[in-house]
Amino acid sequence: MIDTDVLVIGAGPTGLFCVHQLGIIGLKCEVVDNLDKIGGQCIELYPDKPIYDIPAISVCTGEELTKNLIKQIKPFKTNFHLGDRVEEVKKVKDNWIIKTIKGKEFNTKSIIIAGGVGSFEPRKFSVKECEKFEGKEILYSVKDKTIFENKTVSIFGGGDAALDWAIELSATSKVQLIHRRDEFRGAQASVDKVKELSKEGKIELLTKYQLSSIKGDKKIESIGIKHDDDDIKNIETDYLLGFFGLIVQLGPITNWGLNLDKKHIPVNTENFETNQKGIFAIGDICTYPGKLKLILSGFHEGALAARGSFKYARLDEKLRFEFSTTSKRVHSRLGIKKDD
Amino acid sequence: MPKVKYIEHNGKSHTIDVPNGLSVMEGAIQNNVPGIDADCGGSMACATCHVYVKEEWFDKLPKKEDGEEDMIDMAYEPKKFSRLSCQLIVSNELEGLVVNLPVKQT
Repeated sequence: MIDTDVLVIGAGPTGLFCVHQLGIIGLKCEVVDNLDKIGGQCIELYPDKPIYDIPAISVCTGEELTKNLIKQIKPFKTNFHLGDRVEEVKKVKDNWIIKTIKGKEFNTKSIIIAGGVGSFEPRKFSVKECEKFEGKEILYSVKDKTIFENKTVSIFGGGDAALDWAIELSATSKVQLIHRRDEFRGAQASVDKVKELSKEGKIELLTKYQLSSIKGDKKIESIGIKHDDDDIKNIETDYLLGFFGLIVQLGPITNWGLNLDKKHIPVNTENFETNQKGIFAIGDICTYPGKLKLILSGFHEGALAARGSFKYARLDEKLRFEFSTTSKRVHSRLGIKKDD
Repeated sequence: MPKVKYIEHNGKSHTIDVPNGLSVMEGAIQNNVPGIDADCGGSMACATCHVYVKEEWFDKLPKKEDGEEDMIDMAYEPKKFSRLSCQLIVSNELEGLVVNLPVKQT
């Protein structure tokens, strides 16, 4: 069990700056994020895309913004629990007890949800029968590529993940690459390589096809794929790999007793607390009259939520407002020495 | 004001007056038409405003810009006449447009 003042859910820009604001006022926090790296949508969706509306920064990419935010919170030595997801949230006396899917437990005074639009999960095949094979012969990521040796693998998708795995596995497996159209969105070099391997007969390329059915009881025997013009082809395969990008799901957040407005959590604009005392929501996931889904709004919301959580963490203390320019306490929290 | 007809997967249809200049996605969101999520708010960064357009309408619509087809790869059950409704800007030419909504968006 990890004891902390605040648990921050989400390591996107809003969560990161909130960590900074918590550190400034002397609160300790832990951060959990479903992705395996820090940065949220900025890293997952647009690491290279320029952002033009961060105050005082004319232009920066999602990756640069993330790097700078990480640098800014370095003095606070915050623990990040990546690739993990908060599953269960329970109120016990004055504290919140939190469990993650990896089995970690936190005991915290308050929770700040900076979950963006939810957690990223791979988009799955829409054919219903796929469910019973998922995690076994139907996979959405590769953990151990040796299982495919000398097997037939049907790879679905048109992005880099699909192309890269088709190229890599073609050395040791029989690979069928299936995509819904003739064009691929992956890197040109990979597309060229796949086409070359296809000519050499090392990859079977099936375009304008999508999965339509699965045959098999305990194991997959064959699959049906359907062409744009409705022609159906049955092919044998041992494994299916689906690479259709990521979707966002609110996931377990819906079970924590929070009011929801469509996929958003209503908050008050004084401290961004939700209907549950001690649970705050900031950034894209929160909603209130006039809400703007901008990173800068998330920064503001995080600053206020951090201060809102103070009363739960320090019952007998009053929070004093201090400027970072002059406050000795803030300077010591930032690790700034007199001579700096 | 052009009328746009949204047909849910279960067959229920909604005919909405959508002002020129709004997207077909915005027309749905502002009038609480279920079946269009639009998680990213119209920046072509997700595929949750995915719709199917009738073949006869498909050629009349503005052509897909770079990136739309890539996003459609990641939609739920994409088909030949799939579009992202955030990219369909309503104008007089689109009077009477019919879009069918997929079973779900995520």
